[in-house]
Amino acid sequence: MTGSGAGTGLAVRDLVVRYPGAGRGAPAVTAVDGVTLDVPVGEVLALLGPSGCGKSSLLRAVAGLEPPASGAVTWDGVDLAAVPVHRRGFGLVFQDGQLFPHRDVAGNVAYGLRGLPRNARAARVAELLDLVGLPGYDRRPVTTLSGGERQRVALARSLAPRPRLLLLDEPLSALDRSLRERLADDLRRALVATGTTALFVTHDQDEAATVADRVAVLSAGRLLQVDAPEALWRRPATREVAEFLGYRTFLVAGPGPAAAADAETGTLAVAAGGWRVLGPADPEPAPAAPVRAAVVAERRTRRGRAEVVAVLEAEDARVTAALPAAGAGAPEPGDRVRLVAEEGAVAVVGG
Amino acid sequence: MSTATRTPPTGTGRPGVPARPGAPGPAAPGRPPLRAPARGWALGRAGAWALAAAVPLLFLGTFFAWPVLALVGRGFLPDGALDLSGFADVFSRPRTWRIVGLTLAQGAIGTVLSVLLGVPGAYVLYRCRFRGVGALRAFVTVPFVLPTVVVGVAFRALLRDNGPLGFLHLDGTFTAIVAALVFFNYAVVVRTVGSLWQRLDPRPEQAARSLGASPARAFWTVTLPALTPAIVSAASLVFLFCATAFGTVLVLGGMRYGTVETEIWIQTTQFLDLRAAAVLSVVQVVVVVAALAVAGRARARRERALSLVAPGASGARPARPHGLPAVVTGVVLVLLALPLGALLLGSLRTGDGWGLDHYRALGTTGGRNALTVTVWEALGNSLRIAVDATLLALLVGCLVALVVSRRPRAGAARRAVGVLDGAFMLPLGVSAVTVGFGALLTLGHPFGIQTDLRSSGILVPVVQAVVAVPLVVRTVLPVLRAIDPRLREAAGTLGAGSGRVLLGVDGALAARSIGLAVGFAFAVSLGEFGATSFLARPDLPTLPVVIFRLIGQPGADNYGMALAASVVLAALTAGVMALAERFRGPAGGEL
Repeated sequence: MTGSGAGTGLAVRDLVVRYPGAGRGAPAVTAVDGVTLDVPVGEVLALLGPSGCGKSSLLRAVAGLEPPASGAVTWDGVDLAAVPVHRRGFGLVFQDGQLFPHRDVAGNVAYGLRGLPRNARAARVAELLDLVGLPGYDRRPVTTLSGGERQRVALARSLAPRPRLLLLDEPLSALDRSLRERLADDLRRALVATGTTALFVTHDQDEAATVADRVAVLSAGRLLQVDAPEALWRRPATREVAEFLGYRTFLVAGPGPAAAADAETGTLAVAAGGWRVLGPADPEPAPAAPVRAAVVAERRTRRGRAEVVAVLEAEDARVTAALPAAGAGAPEPGDRVRLVAEEGAVAVVGG
Repeated sequence: MSTATRTPPTGTGRPGVPARPGAPGPAAPGRPPLRAPARGWALGRAGAWALAAAVPLLFLGTFFAWPVLALVGRGFLPDGALDLSGFADVFSRPRTWRIVGLTLAQGAIGTVLSVLLGVPGAYVLYRCRFRGVGALRAFVTVPFVLPTVVVGVAFRALLRDNGPLGFLHLDGTFTAIVAALVFFNYAVVVRTVGSLWQRLDPRPEQAARSLGASPARAFWTVTLPALTPAIVSAASLVFLFCATAFGTVLVLGGMRYGTVETEIWIQTTQFLDLRAAAVLSVVQVVVVVAALAVAGRARARRERALSLVAPGASGARPARPHGLPAVVTGVVLVLLALPLGALLLGSLRTGDGWGLDHYRALGTTGGRNALTVTVWEALGNSLRIAVDATLLALLVGCLVALVVSRRPRAGAARRAVGVLDGAFMLPLGVSAVTVGFGALLTLGHPFGIQTDLRSSGILVPVVQAVVAVPLVVRTVLPVLRAIDPRLREAAGTLGAGSGRVLLGVDGALAARSIGLAVGFAFAVSLGEFGATSFLARPDLPTLPVVIFRLIGQPGADNYGMALAASVVLAALTAGVMALAERFRGPAGGEL
């Protein structure tokens, strides 16, 4: 096997991970069910799926923390089955950092740098703290760090020994929303700057799209689709994928030029919050944009903006729609309105 | 459902919440009108807490602090004036230095060996999963709950010249004493370290492995530092138990080897030198307080900055044990079984073969009337005394735990609670011999009572309760402390008065740990020997006292009876503890 796959990076073939049942005689739980996946060198791949879909188990199997029931994990064509965790050279970042509480920041970052001379080690630590935006934090006890700072240190610690592959297990999900968005950008920047190959587990679609070059959607232990973020959101392979990506409304092929044109390739899906009430003063939408007649059911506010909940007449589906910018003549419950799907919020399922 | 049509001006409006400031809500039906509580209410509440603190303080003050202080006073102030000549005299004897040296050596060697053997044991029995691990954990605990006298007798049975390991010629040696101490304390290390290890989050170790650390390096640099507080805490407890060992050392060491504790006993009962005994008691207190201080600091640090999880949680399955710890633990388990087996075999061995003769003899007063009562009568005494002592210890211990578990707002009250917490732990450290001896000296006619308490027999359960109170507190207190105060607040807002909160929240949640505490107190009382040996009336001896008397008597039959009585006592205490262990909850104290 050696040599034939040099430089090809991570390959996962028909991987199955099973956990023994909770009690005696209880059936085993299959967490990962025959997943095949490639991560070429230099690429960042996000594993996206709801909680309990097996994405963390897949990650742990790649790291060597979980023995696979069958299938193979290889790096550059070399089977890793017999390689213990610490010889794989795969870094791992946990959801809550898992910094060593008895070491300071520099001590944590330098943990994987054994064998380097003292100066080189110090230089590498400083370089990485710079990279994650924490210069001068060397001597800080890790217990004094905020949640975001801890994750930055954890990232620096994992990047320090220049891992072949970096495994990130929901590294941002313990943080609050605004911090998460900022850190996702910083994470992408750090991975690209260091040219790190990475496998990134998340249940947050936006995070996956921000950080990764390609996104793999996982559900109930099976891989549903792997694609670049734009392609994935444009053309989800199945309705299940589309639903998980945040598409709420699936349009039936009805009258109208847009639906007729797309009926041959697949159903149209519209994201939650992708509708807008078409006001009388608005220009007529582009012919490709789906337009539907609907009846307003109620009015409400969300994040300070007024919106309406309306029922599409053709699909009998409840959707929320933003009100036109000029608020004059807002529709009341019972009013009949025309809704248009925003251009970026429409996908073709199974395209 | 509100379908308010108002447009919020700033976007802070929340759907579904009608903004009606000042609008009176409909009155709740059937509610009595609000009334301010009576003026005495707050005072009564404070008074109840003060009483809850005063009862245990009075109890421990009378039956613990006074005897111990009187004893210390006798060392410093023999005739009412400060006189340190007693110290000079006692410390000029080479015997004293030998005893102090032996005590420290026993403590140090016993502690190091217990930790070195106990940490692998904690790993195998608490971190790994294999068939029979539950039974092995229970077995490891047996030596710890055995009365010290029984441990001594069991080792004698194993090591004496015609015993199973007689060829080693270890009977009456320092090695035998240390071996018995390790036998007794192995469980302390295994349980203290194991219960933490079991809940230790495995992910820092996995993080270390992913950074290139071998399993050995991950253990040394990540797991061991996390376990260190528990190891230090266990080690200081073991040191305490080794340095104050009494029954075991008295049985095994005879006159040649001893601790400060046995020396106090010998000075009092053999040489009748009360001043020397008082001076040694002071030495004992100093050693013990120092060890307790170390233990307290380690305990305070123990859970700081550690991430703990439910056992077996966080996706990591307990692994099969590694080779070396498995082998070490296997050997230790066999060694633990040896003295127990020797004790059982010895009790069945008669002059001409095997039989139950020694057990039949338990209904007699021994050969050449070695005893004043039969062994069964002594067992009856032990049980009656243990019931009284347990009730007392439970009452005092639960009050202490309740008071100490509170976090009052006022700084002074908070400090007072902190001081109480420490004060009630002292009986754990101050030797039982000191307490018993002090009680013998001081509690003749306390408070002008006419009858001599020393001959009334009432002091035995009282002093045993003093010894058991810290165990009750340490068992119940962590559970009470772990109760989220918001639970009590929730009960309060639901209309429960403070009494109902106490019963329905604290009482209900601590019930299991109280069951465990009853077992601890009962077992400790059954096996208590240090204080009881001073205070038990000659006509009402307890079982450990009888066993000690029997092995001091000549004759193979008396010795066989001692073994049989030891088996009975061991089975009884182990049975009580096994029952009590069923009450151990997820936060079952520290021991």
